[in-house]
Amino acid sequence: MATIKLSADKIDELKDVCKSFNNEKGELINVLHKAQGIFGYLPAEVQEIIAKELNISVAHVYGVVSFYSFFTMLPKGEHPISICLGTACYVRGAEKIIEEFKRVLNIAVGETTNDGKFSLACLRCVGACGLAPVVLVGDKVYGRLSPDSVKDIVAEYSK
Amino acid sequence: MAKYKMHLLVCGGTACHASESERLLDTLKTIIADKGLDSEVQVIATGCFGFCEKGPIVKVMPDNTFYTQVTPDDAREIIEEHIIKGRKVNRLLYLNPESKEHVSDSKHMGFYKKQLRIALRNCGFIDPENIDEYISRDGYEALAKCLTEMTPQQVIELMKKSGLRGRGGGGFPTGLKWEITSKSVSDIKYVVCNADEGDPGAFMDRSILEGDPHSVIEAMAICGYCIGASNGLVYIRAEYPLAIDRLKIAIKQAREYGLLGNGILGTGFNFDIELRYGAGAFVCGEETALIHSMEGKRGEPTMKPPFPSVSGYFEKPTNVNNVETFANVPVIINKGAEWYSAIGSEKSKGTKVFALAGKINNVGLIEVPMGTTLREVIYEIGGGIRNGKKFKAVQTGGPSGGCLTEKHLDTPIDYDNLIASGSMMGSGGMIVMDEDDCMVSVAKFYLEFTVEESCGKCTPCRIGNKRLHEILDKLTKGNGTMEDIDRLKNLSKVIKDTALCGLGQTSPNPVLSTIDNFLDEYVEHVTEKKCRAGQCKALMQYTIIPDNCVGCTACARNCPVNAISGERKGIHTINQEVCIKCGACLEKCKFNAVVIK
Repeated sequence: MATIKLSADKIDELKDVCKSFNNEKGELINVLHKAQGIFGYLPAEVQEIIAKELNISVAHVYGVVSFYSFFTMLPKGEHPISICLGTACYVRGAEKIIEEFKRVLNIAVGETTNDGKFSLACLRCVGACGLAPVVLVGDKVYGRLSPDSVKDIVAEYSK
Repeated sequence: MAKYKMHLLVCGGTACHASESERLLDTLKTIIADKGLDSEVQVIATGCFGFCEKGPIVKVMPDNTFYTQVTPDDAREIIEEHIIKGRKVNRLLYLNPESKEHVSDSKHMGFYKKQLRIALRNCGFIDPENIDEYISRDGYEALAKCLTEMTPQQVIELMKKSGLRGRGGGGFPTGLKWEITSKSVSDIKYVVCNADEGDPGAFMDRSILEGDPHSVIEAMAICGYCIGASNGLVYIRAEYPLAIDRLKIAIKQAREYGLLGNGILGTGFNFDIELRYGAGAFVCGEETALIHSMEGKRGEPTMKPPFPSVSGYFEKPTNVNNVETFANVPVIINKGAEWYSAIGSEKSKGTKVFALAGKINNVGLIEVPMGTTLREVIYEIGGGIRNGKKFKAVQTGGPSGGCLTEKHLDTPIDYDNLIASGSMMGSGGMIVMDEDDCMVSVAKFYLEFTVEESCGKCTPCRIGNKRLHEILDKLTKGNGTMEDIDRLKNLSKVIKDTALCGLGQTSPNPVLSTIDNFLDEYVEHVTEKKCRAGQCKALMQYTIIPDNCVGCTACARNCPVNAISGERKGIHTINQEVCIKCGACLEKCKFNAVVIK
């Protein structure tokens, strides 16, 4: 795996996070949440530091990271796009929305555009079923979408 | 508390939030302040009103006026007309779709008429970030009553008599669960609230936490008193940031008021609550998996027994209940077991919250007495099927449940009836489907979910579901055989009998229930290579009706693979072997000559 150079102050920040949870191994998931907040994703280097700090094996950390869909080992785009694939969105045409995003951005689900601006992911139910089909760009929710509205959303963030 | 003459309640639930309800709230506040009315009119962000279809919602109290789909631009008119001049803004009132009349009081709206809100009693009424508002609606009275007037055993007896069953899906009697945990001997015990609502299409727990977090805190403390625990944990999805914020605020306020912490209400009872975050794994809704996840491990389930009530979080006795179950507890204690058990059906007492979604007119969160029929829910509360289409099925119980059809519409909803009909209550998702939904694809959709969410620990679930998904995929691509349908049935039975946990044991339900109720659709996919809903792309055929074709060449020019041939002003035809079914011709034809068969 390619090594990534992590900046020293971010490493310190991560160690502080571990310390704030008393380097308790039972707090691993809470630590990972914070770490993903700092780095945006959880590359191998970050997992190694956490394993050392909490005194557990890297395999244990990796096992947990790969188990939960909320954690990612790949960097996301500047504007991460998440398409809701809950049942309510599915029956109201979420699949067509995914196809359109794939076509407009020319990437597959799980990928990031070459310029690093957009990444595409699917998630299960944000609970805004009244607005189905729903898409999240960052934290912003876009509801009642049609394939036609996809272009406008991408344009909004392309400026 | 300051006394205000009028209140403007603005929905701050997730769906309304997404429709700019926050900016609406700010605009209302600014205009009220500009007009110097801020000592008389209070603007509050509340939890979800439930009627998400018509959000954002603004309710004016005390006259109960219910405004729908309000935008920040409407704020000034509401204040100048309604608040100052006392004239209702008719154009923002709910329009009864049948009588075409404006309805101003929610009591008279079809959506609310048949509802009975117990778990959701405070959602949409109070400011969830203000503990005083919860207290003013009898909040923490039940806790006080338990601590000062009742023994733990008396509270447990009351809960057992009320007939409350777990609302997370299992339907296990709550009082009995408490009793078992109370009898486990240990120095430390835990109360856990399961707020890992992973069912796609269900959002009742989130709405309760966002709209009335104190009801859950109060109930957890009562449970702690009954079972002898002083530690509470809420396991909540990280995908619910708003609910997490509101819960944190509520816990802090409860501590400040001495309702959490040491020596609660001057008694010797200690209890406090911490949060634990989920990280997106459906299987963590299962008790044992949830407990492993809270311990910082992979959320894999383990064999029961031992049950968590005997050996749970860090091997200590742990009582796990879900959010909606807890939200019912304070009311039951205040109003009594007889009051509660008089509501509902014979074996399922009380009410149930459902998240009504899909192809229905009134999408939203509803609460009805157990025993209400599906017809009442779908047609009277839900307002029927969207765009005048025909009802086909309603899916209940999420990925563990099944599809119910026309013939089940008059079945009273309760735990046992739903299981007898081949589905289950689950956490309360209710997705309505119409004639445009292909039932083979729906089954495939759920299996795709299960395959992704299977933790991989046991073979039947990890491999069996994968095979089910492959067979379903084969059917939707038109390559299935009649033997495949039998294979689906057999394999489903094996998975149900042998999987380790609830996820695997119920995952074939969507397959079995769609085969039971829509066998003809499965057979059509095999024998006629036809998908009557027009959903399975591989089975679709685009053709040109010669009578409608004028030979404009628009279709041929836009076909990306040159599958269409024909002279100018002559009739065109599509070469089915070349066609990739992209639909470009259908989109471009202005003469309705291209059709899907």
